[in-house]
Amino acid sequence: MSPLLSTLAGVLALVGAIFALIAALGIVRFPDLLTRMHAATKAGTLGAGLLLLAVAVAFADAGVAARAAAGIAFLVLTAPVASHAIGRAAYFCGVRLWERTEVDELAGHYDPETHVLDPAEAELHERHEPVA
Amino acid sequence: MFLSALLAVSYGLLALALALTLVRLVRGPGLPDRVVALDLIGFIAVGFIALTALQTGVAAFLDAAVTLALIAFVASIGFARYLEYRVPDARPRPTGTPRPAGSSQPSTGLPPGVPHVAP
Repeated sequence: MSPLLSTLAGVLALVGAIFALIAALGIVRFPDLLTRMHAATKAGTLGAGLLLLAVAVAFADAGVAARAAAGIAFLVLTAPVASHAIGRAAYFCGVRLWERTEVDELAGHYDPETHVLDPAEAELHERHEPVA
Repeated sequence: MFLSALLAVSYGLLALALALTLVRLVRGPGLPDRVVALDLIGFIAVGFIALTALQTGVAAFLDAAVTLALIAFVASIGFARYLEYRVPDARPRPTGTPRPAGSSQPSTGLPPGVPHVAP
């Protein structure tokens, strides 16, 4: 491993670990679920992605780099999906928002029983139903 | 060597991050908060495995990291489904279907008077 590459890999690993620490700080210090999720998902993805990038740089091998790139792409693609699913579920659970929350644009727009947004999404669903 | 010193510091920072996330996992206050903490623990574990690959020079650890990321994603989705539908009879039905007989109110599956809030 050349000294330049190893130094670059070490710095990338350090920055990734710092971002993971920032995510953990956010998850402890932020006041409600959605702000915690904002810290954990974004900073956590960046931290893990940078650490995988450090591996790709350090090995300087096409196969390893391809696997690391696949891992990074997977993280970047799945983290928003997972956090959206958790945030949606938590909203239906009636999780309390921070008391200084300015606006809740979803308030009153979700049918609590069908979990469908009204009215645009309901019309979309009705359009696909057979005519009675 | 410079790289090993940087890796040692990175291990320390990741361990601190894991400890802080465990604080949130224990303190809650609700199940969704714990699920988010578990999600972040998955990311931190991926980071740990990547650091181990760097330190040992064994590229096979990278496969373990990618696999763990996959499993953490599936676990998060599973937890989210559980959170959304854990209340009996609250599973969404297609719009337009009639409500079950005897339930004039939107049913949460809980006895009357129990607020529909997460613990």
